[in-house]
Amino acid sequence: MADISRTGVAEPSAAPGGTPQSDPAQAAVLRRAYRGEFLRFVAVKFSGALVSLVMVVLTSFFIFRVLAGDPVDAVVGDTPATPEQVAAIRERLGLDEPMGVQFWEYLRSLFTMDWGTSYVSDKKVTTLLWERLPATVLLTATAMILAAAFGTWVGARSGWRRGSTGEKVQVGVSLTLWSTPTFWLGMIAIVAFSVKLGWFPVNGMHSTRGVGDGFWDEFFDVAHHLVLPALTMAAVLYAQYVLIMRTSILEERGNDYLTVARAKGLRDDHVRRLHAVPNALLPTITLAAAEFGTIFNGSVLTETVFSWPGLGLTFYQAIKIPDIPLLQLLFVFFAGTTVLVNFLAEIFYRFLDPRVRRSA
Amino acid sequence: MTPVLDIDDLRITYHGSRGPIPAVRGVSLTLDPGETLGLAGESGCGKSTLAAAVLRLLPPGTEVTGRILLDGEDVLTMGWGRLRAVRWARASIVFQGAMHSLNPVQRIVRQIAEPIVLHEGVERAAAEDRAVELMAAVGLPAWRAKSYPHELSGGQRQRVMIAMALACSPDLIIADEATTALDVMIQAQVLRLLKSLVAERSIALVMISHDLSVLTDTCERLAVMYAGRLVEYGPAHEVFTTARHPYSEGLAGAFPTVGDTAARRRPRGLPGDPPDPAALPGGCPFHPRCPVALDACATTDVTLLDVRPGWRAACLRVPATKEADV
Repeated sequence: MADISRTGVAEPSAAPGGTPQSDPAQAAVLRRAYRGEFLRFVAVKFSGALVSLVMVVLTSFFIFRVLAGDPVDAVVGDTPATPEQVAAIRERLGLDEPMGVQFWEYLRSLFTMDWGTSYVSDKKVTTLLWERLPATVLLTATAMILAAAFGTWVGARSGWRRGSTGEKVQVGVSLTLWSTPTFWLGMIAIVAFSVKLGWFPVNGMHSTRGVGDGFWDEFFDVAHHLVLPALTMAAVLYAQYVLIMRTSILEERGNDYLTVARAKGLRDDHVRRLHAVPNALLPTITLAAAEFGTIFNGSVLTETVFSWPGLGLTFYQAIKIPDIPLLQLLFVFFAGTTVLVNFLAEIFYRFLDPRVRRSA
Repeated sequence: MTPVLDIDDLRITYHGSRGPIPAVRGVSLTLDPGETLGLAGESGCGKSTLAAAVLRLLPPGTEVTGRILLDGEDVLTMGWGRLRAVRWARASIVFQGAMHSLNPVQRIVRQIAEPIVLHEGVERAAAEDRAVELMAAVGLPAWRAKSYPHELSGGQRQRVMIAMALACSPDLIIADEATTALDVMIQAQVLRLLKSLVAERSIALVMISHDLSVLTDTCERLAVMYAGRLVEYGPAHEVFTTARHPYSEGLAGAFPTVGDTAARRRPRGLPGDPPDPAALPGGCPFHPRCPVALDACATTDVTLLDVRPGWRAACLRVPATKEADV
């Protein structure tokens, strides 16, 4: 090994003299620099997210006040009301106040976390949110996990075998699903599997009767109700994952490090799974986060079609009235979670991709 | 003694949308254990195709005929399982690693250890210990083991590629443009390193480059390739200084030796572009660019002629220059 000192000369980028490459202190200095840089990155992204949130809050106030329709009509219902009664309701809802006062009240509600009472149900809107949230989380999480798992898997395989019959079929199926309106797909699913075949319940989340009281009875009942809405919602998301992952794999496919992996004697499957997929997943994660907003979009449509008692259905019902306090809260909640998820995805991405994590 | 690499009449044709493209058109060469061979030529002459063919890494649908024996075993006819076992364990490739040959999201120690785990069935931890030893052999400090490729300089990445090629102690290493992307100082370091490592371990080396002076420095013998064929094949120093094929001469002149004033006055560079492999000129494929072409060159398909034992050139003028020498 005598010639290593000769051949292992330090790179010009390293300090002259000695063997600076073997100095662990250098690594420590670099690590500290990375940490400072990371905090700066988080701060920048956080302020960006904060600006978005402020915009959301402002939009939420104005957007529902320019909607057509008078909430008082909905509150009154079919019973005839005298002008005095209408005025009283208007006063109770605070709708007689000037816009400026209403806005001030709205801003106060943001800080007191008191978002007001629903025009229709006389419940606090925050109570409604917490009541309906679990159903939506259950539906969207199931759909997302199904779609992401199958979508990336199928996408990776079809991108890997470009030009094969399997790939063409997968792309065809995905494009079709992607172009299919969710509500239409949901209705077809109900007609086919609930009405004709009778395999699944038509709507709702629980059976009204005939179910035991045990945990497992209820579990299977909810799972039974969940199948169609979850699959309907997953279908569109699935298509997105397939197409994104496929494109991403296609971009990786020509890279030299895959030829190296093959030259090392790895099986084709292992080349894909160990080398191509980890690289191809990076853009997929970014895009998945960016599309988080569309999940709420999907949940409104799916929940409405299947009468799934979640936030999407609540939103749909509230907008018909319009139930302004409830709409404001749901809007801020939907948009706020989207902003938050995107913020977290950008942080997460830095941990996944070492190049982003440590690039100056 | 079985040659490490024995290529016989290798012909490789790509089938693209434009029709068949013959990339390699009948190349034969042998390499004994521990021998070093430089393979030179311009882009598109088929030298990288040749390298990829040794481990059967060509894209599917490529037509390959002839014979490639690796330690006496035919690479072209072996089954997939056997092929995977032979890859990297018998012969490895140092790819042009400056940018894209390392997986960007995997730590380098894992990438070096990967073939060890695969071919020797050892635990990953043990393989990674050996990877760190290999890193030391190529002059990379142990604390670099956990680095990602983008944290290394071009020269360091190339050292990683060399460590990786050494991982399973192969009999043959093919270095395909291994130093081309590096600046001259680093290139010299990496070349010296590669040369000493293969010499220490008696590994045969095929080094591919367009730079004849680099090859002459590193290798015992030189093979010059043009339009899918060997046009000259002989002892490195002699081919470099007194090339018998006008193409080798032009290639040698393109990279003048520092301090050699005679070389600087020699006509250098080659006029024109390398021929389109899909539409090669008749006769000697080099004749349209050849400064000393004869009338017969346009019609005669020249094969390798002996200059003297162990030195051959595919040029009609070889017999004449041979007589002039004597």
